[in-house]
Amino acid sequence: MHVSTESPTGERIASVENRLAAIESVLEDHAMHPAAFVDTFNQWATEEWLPENGARVVAKAWSEPDFRLRLLANGIAAIRELGLSMPAHHRHLVALENTATVHNVICCTLCSCTAFTVIGLPPDWYKDLEYRARVVRESRSVLREMGLELAPHIEIRVWDTTADTRYMVLPERPPGTEGWSQEQLTALVTKEGMIGVAKV
Amino acid sequence: MNGMHDLGGKEGFGPVRYTPNAPVFHAPWEVRANALYSLAVKHGVYNMDEYRYAIERMEPRHYLSASYYERSLTSLASLCVEKGLVSRVELERRAGGVFPLARPAVAGRANQPERERFVAGDLVRVRSDHVSGHVRMPGYIRGQIGRVVSESPPYPFPDAHAHGIDAQTEPTYDIQFDSVDLWPDAAEPAKVHVAVFQSYLERASGR
Repeated sequence: MHVSTESPTGERIASVENRLAAIESVLEDHAMHPAAFVDTFNQWATEEWLPENGARVVAKAWSEPDFRLRLLANGIAAIRELGLSMPAHHRHLVALENTATVHNVICCTLCSCTAFTVIGLPPDWYKDLEYRARVVRESRSVLREMGLELAPHIEIRVWDTTADTRYMVLPERPPGTEGWSQEQLTALVTKEGMIGVAKV
Repeated sequence: MNGMHDLGGKEGFGPVRYTPNAPVFHAPWEVRANALYSLAVKHGVYNMDEYRYAIERMEPRHYLSASYYERSLTSLASLCVEKGLVSRVELERRAGGVFPLARPAVAGRANQPERERFVAGDLVRVRSDHVSGHVRMPGYIRGQIGRVVSESPPYPFPDAHAHGIDAQTEPTYDIQFDSVDLWPDAAEPAKVHVAVFQSYLERASGR
């Protein structure tokens, strides 16, 4: 995967695993207890920062018109109603509502910022060079290549996460789901739908 | 900085390597890399702007060839060396080989002293600043005119915050640009929304 295992002067570059072990030992020296934190972090990543969080938000917004308005007005306050939160440096959550004529899609061209506590940690392709380079300039083609064909009359809005405001897409409620419970609706909503590269 | 990381609008890349339900991590060391860089933030070794800037300072060939979590690891290690937690020699001794680190930081800059407050609907121009230090203005909006959609809560100014100099907080604005203005005759039609710090903006006259 790495282009070279040698430095420009021909010395051998340590493997990423060995480099990581070296820096972990430095944090251990400084009493940061890295091993314990890795376990905690892994638990957050696999059990808490899940797209099911955002899916519950979406299902509630589809089901309760008042909640939808509160979500669109102040995302962080609205997700707190479901017991969800964001890190202190994410001071603003903007829900972007897809309609019959507007489709929203989020990205981060400079790094890979996301509302990870709500929609889950970003998938590999979101952090990759291709998506970051192309989606702001060729959004319709990129979405088509990813399997989402949008009619020509639909306006695409691309949101580049260049500050600490975070975004989530509020997808359109699929037809034929009238009368469904919020639990049933939650199961339909995907991380891809909340990034805006797929419909629900 | 006008670095390799500033990818928006760069050409030559192929299709997104996309699979539905794609994994976040591909190997256990990636989880550890993610955990450890956030642990150092929690302990105040550095802030997120310093972390991003150290990634941007990676040698460009290394930046492009490194995976996402190798970039995290490189930033973490570079900042630990720069902040004096360990020497590079000792780090490489423990790693058993060369440990590529970020290139040195340059001077940062403070907030613009005179900043204007904008409201939804205002036309603004992104200042034509060329900033060698950390900056959160993607190059594709430099000098461009857009329309203010909304204001976000204030954040520390990253151009200062990444350099350890006094960073006043300032609002960011959701600015809507038209892709066909950003890349005339060379973009697919779309609205492009960018979160832009107040210091990067000035009122656009005319139009």
